[in-house]
Amino acid sequence: MAERSESEEVKLLGMWASPFSRRIEIALTLKGVSYEFSEEDITNKSSLLLQLNPVYKMIPVLVHNGKPISESLVILEYIDETWRDNPILPQDPYEKAMARFWAKFVDEQIYVTAMKVVGKIGEERDAVVEATRDLLMFLEKELVGKDFFGGRSLGFVDIVATLVAFWLMRTEEIVGVKVVPVDKFPEIHRWVKNLLGNDVIKKCIPPEDEHLQYIRARMEKLNVKSA
Amino acid sequence: MGEEEEVKLLGTWYSPVVLRAKIALRLKSVDYDYVEEDLFGSKSELLLKSNPVYKKVPVLIHNSKPVCESLNIVEYIDETWNSSEPSILPSHPHDRALARFWSAFVDDKWFQALMAAVVTKSEDAKAKGMEEVEEGLLQLEDAFIALSKGKSFFGGETIGLMDICLGSFLVFFKAREKLKKEKILDELKTPSLYRWANRFLSDEMVKNVVPEIDRVAKFIVELEDRAQSVALSS
Repeated sequence: MAERSESEEVKLLGMWASPFSRRIEIALTLKGVSYEFSEEDITNKSSLLLQLNPVYKMIPVLVHNGKPISESLVILEYIDETWRDNPILPQDPYEKAMARFWAKFVDEQIYVTAMKVVGKIGEERDAVVEATRDLLMFLEKELVGKDFFGGRSLGFVDIVATLVAFWLMRTEEIVGVKVVPVDKFPEIHRWVKNLLGNDVIKKCIPPEDEHLQYIRARMEKLNVKSA
Repeated sequence: MGEEEEVKLLGTWYSPVVLRAKIALRLKSVDYDYVEEDLFGSKSELLLKSNPVYKKVPVLIHNSKPVCESLNIVEYIDETWNSSEPSILPSHPHDRALARFWSAFVDDKWFQALMAAVVTKSEDAKAKGMEEVEEGLLQLEDAFIALSKGKSFFGGETIGLMDICLGSFLVFFKAREKLKKEKILDELKTPSLYRWANRFLSDEMVKNVVPEIDRVAKFIVELEDRAQSVALSS
C-alpha cells in the first residue's frame, strides 16, 4: 500500500483516441491521482515506449516510480490496489470475479467481433452485426435494475465498457450501421446516459467532434465507405 | 468460511486450464466435488447453466455461485481461502501486476502462437509459428529470472499464478515430446525454465494432480485421428 507523497511519479504513455488509454485516465482521475500524460504517435513509436513495453510495444503503459506496467486490465487492477480511494473493483471475491469476467468479455469478445464490422459490406457485415448484438445482449441483461455495471456507482466493468459507449457506438454514426439500436438495447442506452452524467467520464473521454473526425479519417485510410 | 461449504469443479481430465483450478484448490487444501464433463458427447445441464457465455470448462461452483475462466478461478480461490498458505498472488501490487501480465502473455499471445504452429498444415506457417514460440520462451526465461528472484518458482518460494498458468501445459509438452520427439522446452535455450519445469512437475502439490504423460499422449493421438477422419469425411 503506497502512501501518496511528493516524490510519487506517475506517468502514462497513451493515445488520445484509444479506448485502452482513456480507461486508464478515467481510473487515475477517479482516484484523484496526478499524472503526466505522454501522447504517443502509434505510427511512429517512441524509443521510450519500445523500452518500457518491449513485449507488446503498445500503449497504454503506466510508469509508477520508474516501474512500467502494461496491458490495460493489469494496469487498472494495479491502480485499484495502489490508490485505495474510490475503489473500482468490488471487495467481495465473487463480485470481483464477475467484474473481471465481464471486463475480459468486453475486450476479448465484443471488441474483437465489433472490429470486424468495419470494412465489411452486405451479408458479411450483417452477420458480424448479428454476432456483436448477441454478445451485447449479455451486457444488456447485466444492466437490468442497475445504474452502472458496478451498481450504484461506476466500477471496473463500466470503465472497461466505455469502449462500447464511446467507441463502438460512435463508430455507428460513421459506418452507418446501428449496431446498438435503442429498441433492442434500452438498458445499454440508459447506462450511456448515466455515464454521461458523470463528471470524470465527461472529462476523460475524447471530445466527440474531434473523435468522429479521427474515426472518419482512419476509415478513409482503410478505404472504408463512410455514411 | 461457513460450515456449509459446497465446492464443485466442472472439468475434463485432460484440460490444462482445468488443471489450474485443481492445483489452486490443492494448494489451499480445499475439498471439492469433481464433475467430469464429456465435451465430445454432450455438455451437462449444469455446465450450460453455469457458463452460459462460453459453455466451457473449468467452472468452479462455490455455494451454488459459478466462477468461469481459469485464471479468474485461480484468483478467486486465492482470495476466498486467503487464510490458507501459500498465497498464490504476491502481496505487492507491482509484483501482482507482473504475475498477471505474464499470465496474460502466456494465454493471449504465446499459447495462441503455439497452437497455431501445431495445427497448421503449412510448413512455412509452422516454421514461422515456432519462431514466435521460441521468441516467447526466451521472454519467459527472462521473466522467470526476474520474478523468481533466485528462488524456485515464478511465485518465489512457493507456487504462484504464473507457475500454475504456464505449468499447466507442461504435461502436454512432455506428451508431445514423447510422441513426436519435438521439444518445446529446451535445456540449452531456456535452462531456467527447463529446471523450473521439472521442479514444478515433481512438487508435492502438483505431481498427484497432473494427468499421466502416457495417458495424455494417447489422448493426443486420439484427437489427431479424430481430426483426420473429420477432414477425410468432409
